[in-house]
Amino acid sequence: MADGSVAEVKDALAKVGYLADEPAALVSFLAQRLGKPILVEGPAGVGKTELAKALSRSTGRELVRLQCYEGLDEAKAMYEWNYRKQLLRIQAGGAQGGWDDVQEDIFGSDFLLTRPLMQAISSPEPVVLLIDEIDKTDQEFEAMLLELLSDFQITIPELGQISATTMPIVVLTSNDSRELTEALKRRCLYLWLDYPGVEREMEIVRLHVPDLAESVTRRLVEVIEMVRALDLKKPPSIAESIDWARTLLLMGAEDIDRETFTQSMSIIVKHRTDIALVAERVGMKLSERPSPTS
Amino acid sequence: MSAVSPYGPQADPGPPGLAAKLLGFCEELRGEGVAVGTSEILDAFAALEQVGWTSQDDFREALASTIAKSQDDRRVFELLFDRYFFRAAEAEAVQREVTEHGEAVGGDGEGGASGERLDLDELREQIREAMLDGDQDRMRDLARLAIAAFGRGEGSGVVGVDVQRIRRTLGLTAGNQAPGEDGQERPPIDRAQLTGFERHLRRELERDLIERTSTLPPSRPLAELDRALPTSPTQDLAAVHRAVSQMKRRLATLGQVQRGRSKSRVVDVRRTMRASLETGGVPLRLSYKPKRPRRPEIYVLCDVSTSVTSASVFFLSVLHALHDSFRKLRSFVFIERISEVTDVFEHERDFAVVAQRISSEGGVADVSGYTDYGRVWMEFLTEISDELDPRSTVIVLGDARTNGRQPHAEIFAQVSERAGRLFWLNPEPKLYWNYGDSVMAAYERYCDGAFECWTTRHLENFVNVVAGGVPVAE
Repeated sequence: MADGSVAEVKDALAKVGYLADEPAALVSFLAQRLGKPILVEGPAGVGKTELAKALSRSTGRELVRLQCYEGLDEAKAMYEWNYRKQLLRIQAGGAQGGWDDVQEDIFGSDFLLTRPLMQAISSPEPVVLLIDEIDKTDQEFEAMLLELLSDFQITIPELGQISATTMPIVVLTSNDSRELTEALKRRCLYLWLDYPGVEREMEIVRLHVPDLAESVTRRLVEVIEMVRALDLKKPPSIAESIDWARTLLLMGAEDIDRETFTQSMSIIVKHRTDIALVAERVGMKLSERPSPTS
Repeated sequence: MSAVSPYGPQADPGPPGLAAKLLGFCEELRGEGVAVGTSEILDAFAALEQVGWTSQDDFREALASTIAKSQDDRRVFELLFDRYFFRAAEAEAVQREVTEHGEAVGGDGEGGASGERLDLDELREQIREAMLDGDQDRMRDLARLAIAAFGRGEGSGVVGVDVQRIRRTLGLTAGNQAPGEDGQERPPIDRAQLTGFERHLRRELERDLIERTSTLPPSRPLAELDRALPTSPTQDLAAVHRAVSQMKRRLATLGQVQRGRSKSRVVDVRRTMRASLETGGVPLRLSYKPKRPRRPEIYVLCDVSTSVTSASVFFLSVLHALHDSFRKLRSFVFIERISEVTDVFEHERDFAVVAQRISSEGGVADVSGYTDYGRVWMEFLTEISDELDPRSTVIVLGDARTNGRQPHAEIFAQVSERAGRLFWLNPEPKLYWNYGDSVMAAYERYCDGAFECWTTRHLENFVNVVAGGVPVAE
């Protein structure tokens, strides 16, 4: 990594289509320098997962992703013995070869099925490891991660410790649906991502949908801002702003008036009660200005 | 820096330098309840080696990302960061007798201190622009300019009063702005922007005051109000959450003891095959799927009537914390009737919203608004009884004041029989139990434990007793 400064990291991220704010760029920079995992928290849809993907693109590393869910265990996250192959080996080798050979052999790395975590540290090329939605797992799983996160090694009883051949950049994301353990937090750099301000969201939308007229983009971002300020079950995410911008482009909208808004509202609001609320509050506001020219 | 023990006594400020200052800062954070471990401090130092110290934003972010590991911590961090480093810098200045006049006379490009009084209107315009741009550095300069314009040290000497005086004289208000001289409409200034400017004013006035008197005002702990989450009414929320997370661990382990051997076990094919390797592929020994410790099932009933008004905020926050910790939790609120509010808690993380929705949608006070415990038990039993089993724990939060109505303790006994354990948390001191219309005694005999509970300490006590192995009625 030749990333010399925070600004360079930020530029590199911007080049691959991720406009990081200052803290995000700084933490990404620190993570690469200090070799510590990043714990990213924030509401859904602010680009937590996207940050990991962008890091992988900007550093040219492969992305190894572990999607967490309730009941995820080490056989699915770390490694597993390929017992079918072990069995075959025993049966095939039954005729020749001594017992010692077989015993040595079947617990070799040939018979190990690597799962994402193992894959991340044993890869010959450094990777970006994304542990997505860590808050969905049990506390026990968090405890299991500790060894990996602090020492970048995994202990397999039959083989001993496997240390990382290359240092991965680790990104953990959490939707804050439960408090993570202190032990886990202690090992990570903490980054809180929030919805971007108007200006930055403008930039983001324009980066992804450059063809939409600037005035419409601004209007769009302002409306999104208004919608987010309402007390919704699921506020629109950045990805949804981008989708909406694309939709408006397809519709050939010149401006966001009440009609366009009601037509395309379902792109950004996806809950029955929310739709009613948004139509009432935001739709009304739009109608107040019959011909908004911004 | 490694020679300094972060947990050592901090009475001696140590040699002047950043390391000592940082440790002092961490010490203050700890004083405010942020858990800053040694490893975090080491990380902070490591991080600071990587960023420039001259940029305040980088410095602050690097520290924050290594030290403050949650939103709440971050809030305290922000408050303390400003205060601590401001004080540190000022203390240094006082010690070395550095003053603005000694250094900066004539250096100010815009010539704030050099006597000539600025045109008020122009100043106002500039400040307004800076506020709209959110340009912090510019706002700070302008704040200094404004103070200079009104004469340094001419104010009342009370910082808060001076801030408002200057703001008023400048005619700065939040909200819509009067159109400019050329008749153009100007964008409104919102509250936050104005507060931002006031903060700069305050800071500069304080700096000025310190400089004149050459003493620092005493440091005081953050007022509770300062660190209050803007949305949560109770300061105890964090403490409640801690006690509840403790409770979670204990309930989980307790539950296991109770469980008998189940007859049905599931063969774990993968493990069986794996074990069969020892016997040449013949599965002689069967492995069973490990029984996952089942999560305790908890039913919480919470009284929200007027007689427990003072306690119900506390109870609701207990409920809120419980929901954070347990997945299999069903919660009910009751006054005259019972109403399930599990959904409300599951979809809302925000305490204020939860409290408000419960009062508006609970639909629990039908006729008189007085608690009817007898009816509540009946409803609870008919609705839920099939789902109660020895694994389940029922927790009642209420004062057991029936307003003279039939307590129906026999139905309560049935609930207690079906549930594995039943606890009662009463918001009244034990002294008042069974006085007046309280029928605590009637219920208490069916409980596995009844506790007074109106502070977090009581809650912790409850957790401890539960963990200590209260006899379990089976």
